[in-house]
Parts: sequence; structure tokens; C-alpha cells
Amino acid sequence: MIRLEGVRKDYGAGTPAVRSLTLEIQEKEFAVLIGPSGSGKSTTLLLLNRLIEPSAGTIAIDGQNISALDPVALRRRIGFVFQGIGLFPHLTVSENIAITPRLLGWSRQEIAARVRELLELVHLAPERYGERLPKQLSGGEQQRVGVARALAARPNIMLMDEPFGALDPLVRDELGTDYRDIHDRLGLTTILVTHDMTEALLLADRIVVMRDGGIVQSGTPQQLIDAPSDDFVRHMIDSPRRRAQRLAAALNPIPAP
Amino acid sequence: MSNGAFAAAMAVLPDYLGQHVLLSVSALLLGIAISLPLAIVSAQSRSLREPVLALANIVQTIPGLALLALFYPVLLALSVFTARAFGLRIPALGFLPALLALTLYSMLPVLRNTIAALMGLDPAVKTAARAVGMTPRQSLLIVELPLAAPVIMAGIRIAAVWVIGTATLSTPVGQTSLGNYIFTGLQTENWIFVLFGCVAAGALALVIDRLLALAETGFAQRSRARLIAAFIGVVVVIAASLVPLIGTASGRAVIGAKNFEEQYILSAVIADQLAKAGVPSIRRSDLGSTIIFRALVAGDVDAYVDYSGTIWANEMHRHDMPGRAAVLQQVARWLKTTYGILDVGSLGFENAYVLAMRRDKAKALDIETLADLAAYAPRMKIGGDYEFFSRPEWASIVKTYRMHFAVQRSYQPTFMYRALSDGDVDVISAFSSDGRIAEYHLKLLSDPKSALPPYDAVLLLSPKRAQDAKFFAALKPLAGRIDLTTMQRANLMVDRDKRTPEDVAKWLVQRIRK
Repeated sequence: MIRLEGVRKDYGAGTPAVRSLTLEIQEKEFAVLIGPSGSGKSTTLLLLNRLIEPSAGTIAIDGQNISALDPVALRRRIGFVFQGIGLFPHLTVSENIAITPRLLGWSRQEIAARVRELLELVHLAPERYGERLPKQLSGGEQQRVGVARALAARPNIMLMDEPFGALDPLVRDELGTDYRDIHDRLGLTTILVTHDMTEALLLADRIVVMRDGGIVQSGTPQQLIDAPSDDFVRHMIDSPRRRAQRLAAALNPIPAP
Repeated sequence: MSNGAFAAAMAVLPDYLGQHVLLSVSALLLGIAISLPLAIVSAQSRSLREPVLALANIVQTIPGLALLALFYPVLLALSVFTARAFGLRIPALGFLPALLALTLYSMLPVLRNTIAALMGLDPAVKTAARAVGMTPRQSLLIVELPLAAPVIMAGIRIAAVWVIGTATLSTPVGQTSLGNYIFTGLQTENWIFVLFGCVAAGALALVIDRLLALAETGFAQRSRARLIAAFIGVVVVIAASLVPLIGTASGRAVIGAKNFEEQYILSAVIADQLAKAGVPSIRRSDLGSTIIFRALVAGDVDAYVDYSGTIWANEMHRHDMPGRAAVLQQVARWLKTTYGILDVGSLGFENAYVLAMRRDKAKALDIETLADLAAYAPRMKIGGDYEFFSRPEWASIVKTYRMHFAVQRSYQPTFMYRALSDGDVDVISAFSSDGRIAEYHLKLLSDPKSALPPYDAVLLLSPKRAQDAKFFAALKPLAGRIDLTTMQRANLMVDRDKRTPEDVAKWLVQRIRK
């Protein structure tokens, strides 16, 4: 269980990026943080594995205050997937995936077996992809490697910062579905940041809507659809439906009289 | 004749190239060992980065020759200090000053490229390194340095080419390099030597540059084969260059020579005498007057020929003129008691500083002596070698005859004679044993007030070699065996006939033995 309490993050003077955030995420939950740019969702994610430090408040994982933990050790047990993919360009696919186990001092055989297992998990043939460099892969394939790398050291928690944002819609759907499957199979706790409500509705157990560094509403997709707390949430929740209607109209134009 | 010069150049190539490579590689490795960590720290600290780069930039603006020359007095002072404090003497001449100057010279490109490469890395990659759980040190070693490697390598390439080129300037501080071809060739108008030195240094720089370029693409393309090929190539080039040096450096006697023909010839004669006695030696040429004397005192040079008047005026700071024999005797005694240097004796000729004019001009103005010249001097131009105007002899002439010229110019000796012949200057500082005095029909002006001391050529041995009976026995036969005419002829063979000093030395040795 991840618990944030009264967390604030200031970047210098001015309005804080995150203000007085209190949030609980259950074990094995798939939580999606959603909101417009500057709403504080990415900052929240970075606070969770101490890539940045909060200005106030506490964050606890399984009851342990993370500010008391060694940040390097903490990061090695939390998977992190980046928006810009963030693979190491000079390392092969296998080497990229192996990085955290290597830092943890796993044996060579353990690492090789794990890399193979992960490549298969993200549907990349180990023989074809293992020795390639990231630049020799398509965007979708690269992000599959990104997911595999984050999972390498068997973390319980996955943090994903707009992981599928830069991909074309087809690949994006496919990758989202595949990852949700992995989440369920491995019993992970996932926190994913996005600004795409369709993605949020399709993947999330719980959606946390953010604006201006604070939480506007938090609940299951159904709860948000049934009882949006204000016009902002209603507008966001409605956007997939509006798009679907426009799409339907474009595909089946009303015949001219 | 050209073939002879080429063969002579080839004969010394293993020594020159080996020394050049040893010096360049040592300087480059030391430079990298200092620059790389400094750049890594500087990339993270703005307050360190700016002064470090500024300092490296300043070093780069100092001319290479001056930077090399500057380390000589610095090390000399340091040597005096360490000798007093720890009884340990640092060699101020030769390898060490050249190494330090070139090390400084090599640092800027490595510093600049490493700092730029590390600071220019995509921040997302560094964040990813932290997110997967790397410590700052792991991030540096596993991610940042490998990604920066091609740019760092490019900096090392630039540094290597600079160092190999600048190493040719280490000859005047007593370090043998490919620059010996250039300095000696310029001195004796042996353009084959000059060209040979340029081509050899250029070729070496090119080969190393190509090998490092291979390493650079190896890093960029993650090609292990290229990296290994480049590494093997560099090792082979270095090893091949250094093999001829093995066993040569230690135990060999070092014979010094100043920067003119007579000195080249005499150092070759000394080497020849020693070889016959079974003492191996190496020669260090193109050393300045003061540097060579300090080197003898320190034992960096074992033997060389100096001139009594030079020691009298420059080292003993004497201005009185007790006569030729008295000067010779007092110089020998002073050298013995002050430094333990052994004066083997006069070789038999004098090579005095004299002022010389074109015969026609001297006749037209009716100038015979320095006193006559003083009256015309304010409307005349004088040319001197690089040392002359800063030597006490010149000060003595100025003071004794109230001599003031309209213009003073310094020349490389070869060009000085040309300048006089062409009428660019009216008077020059000549050496009395120089064969060119006869060749150019020069009038030597007499010195009625004895402003200049006598300059008998004397063979000096370092304090250590002064105790070496075999050494002394090998060189003693040279004393009193070379007269002025013989030396002038020998000098002319090099100056006019373009024979190599080694070749002429053989001729001279034959005559001595007769």
C-alpha cells in the first residue's frame, strides 16, 4: 500500500507543483493519474521513488516512510517506465533489461534467464531482439523493452510516466492491453500518468483526476461517470464519448434529403 | 651530397623517433590522467569549471617553445630547493621539462571535450540511470562516460596531434626529438634534414591520428573489433619506436653541443674518441650557452666544448682582461674549485666573438678597430646571433667604446651572414673560427681596449666524469690538436659544402691522428 499525506512540492518561489496531496493506493491496484499539463501528476510520480524530494508531507510504502530509506535501494525495487522511453542508447536490448539485476549483483545465469523470460513476457523474440541496439527498434518495440527493463528485478510497484504517449494509436492500444494483462498476472501495483481519458477508462481500477497540483476527484471509472464531482471532471470524462459520437457521425453521415 | 644527408638522417632516425614517441606518449598519458578526472569533477561544478577552462586556455596561448623554456628555470629552482631539503636533485634539463610542458599543452582539448560531452548528455538518460537504481558513480561509469567516449576520444586525438607537433620544440631544452632534424638542419642550411624532420613528425602524427580515429568510431559504433584494432595499432607503433631505445638510455655518456656547426662537429669528434675507447655515448645538440653549462654542473651532460671567455664573462662575471693564458688558467682553476668540473685543456684554437664588416665597406670608411666603428655606429645597423645582445660581452663593448647602433637585429647565424652580405646590416657578431669569414671576405675589427675576453675552446668534463680515468684518457689526446685553420676548414665543409657534421668529424679525427 502506498500512502501520500499532505505532500507538497515547491520548485522555487511561486505556486507549488503539488499542494497538500493526500492519497492512498491499494496493493495490486491499477491507478491512473490524469489531468492537464501542469496539474502535478508527473511530479507526484517522481516523488514516489525519490527522484525528487517533497517540500512537505510524508510518503509511505507498506507502512515505511520512504524518506528514511536509501533512495538507491528504493529505486531498485520500484519499476519505472518513461515517457521518452529512456533506454540507454549504447547498450543492447538485453543489457538494458539486465541493468537493475546487474546492479543488484545477480549471477550471470540468473540474469540471462530473467532477460529471456521478460522478452517473452513483452512479446519480443529473444533471439531476434536481444542483441539489437535501441535505435534499431520501432517506438513500440522500444517501449516494450522499457517495460521489460522496469520489471527486471521483480518489483511490486510500477511507476509509468505517460509510457505510451509517443506511440501511434494502434500500437498504443495493443501495448496498453498487454501491460494490463501483465499487471494482473504478476499482481503488481501500478501508478500510470496520462492525459488521455480513453486510456484511463480502459486500463484503470481507479482514476485520480488532478488539476493545479491537487486532486479533484478519485474513484473507479464507473463512479466518475455516474457522479462527476464538478464540470471539469464531467467535461474530461465526457471527452471520449464526444469523440466517439463525432467519429460515428463522420463514419455514417446523415444522408442528404 | 643529398644522398649523404638522407643516409645521415636515416641513421639517427631510430634514436630521434624513439625519443620523440617516448616523450609524446608519456606527456599524453599524463595529460589524460590529469585532465579526465578534472573534467569529470568540473562538469558537475560550475565554480571549478570556469577557472579550469580559463587556465587551460591561457596555457594554450603561450607559444610552445616559450612554455618548454619556462620549465627549465622553474625546475632548476625546484632542484636547488629539493637538493637542500632532501638531498635529492631533480634534472632540470631534457626529458622532465619537456614532459611537463607538453603535459600542460595536451590538457585543453581533453578537458574541453570531456566537459562538453558530459554536460551535453540528454538529461532523460541521466534520469533513467537514477530511476533504475544507479548511484552517481555507477551512472558515470555505466552510462555517462561510455556515451561521452566518442567526443572525449576526439579531444584526445587533437591533443595527440598537438603534442607530437610541439614535441619537436623540445630540442633546445636538451630533449632529443624529431625536432633535432629541424634545428640542426636550419643551423647548417641542410634543408633535407629540415624536410626529413617535418615529414617524420607529420607522418607520426598522421598515423596516431588515424589509429585514434579508429578508436573514436569504435566507441561511437560500439565496435569492439575497431577498438581492439586501434589499441593493437597504437601499441605496435609505440613498441616499434621504443625498441631501439632499450638499453641505450642508461650508462651512456651524454655529450652536449651548443647550436652551431663547430659544436656539432666537436661533439661528434668527442663521441668518436669515446667510442674508440669503448665508451658508448649519445649527443644532445642545440643547447643554449647557459643551459649547457648548468647541465654539465648537474651531470645531465658529461662533456662538451666551451670557450674560456664565455665562462669568464657569463659564469665568473669578470670584466678585467689579464691576457689569454691567464684567463685560461684561472677559468680552469675556478671550474675545479667551484663545481669540480675538469678542464681537459684547450683544443688549440680560439673561437672569439668578433665584430665583422664587409671588407669593401670597412675600407671605404677606413674602419680598422672597434674604436673606429664607434664613430659611425649611430648611423649603422648591427646584427647578432640570438644570444649576443644579452651577453656580458656586448655590454662590455657598449661600455668600453660607448657604442650605440641605430638598429639592432637578432638572426639565426646562417641568415646573419646573408644579411651582412646583402647589406641589410652593416656589422655582425661573428665567430673567429667560422669558415664563412673567409668565404664572405669579411673584415674583423680589432679590439684595442680589450673589451672582449679571449675565447679558447676548452673541453670540459662533468664533476662525475672528472673522476673517471678511462673517460679522461679517451679525451685527453684532443687537447692542443686542433688549430684555427683546421677548425675553420672543418666549419666551412659543413657551412658551404653541406657535408654532415658527423662526416666532417671523421675527417677531423683523421687529421688529429696524423
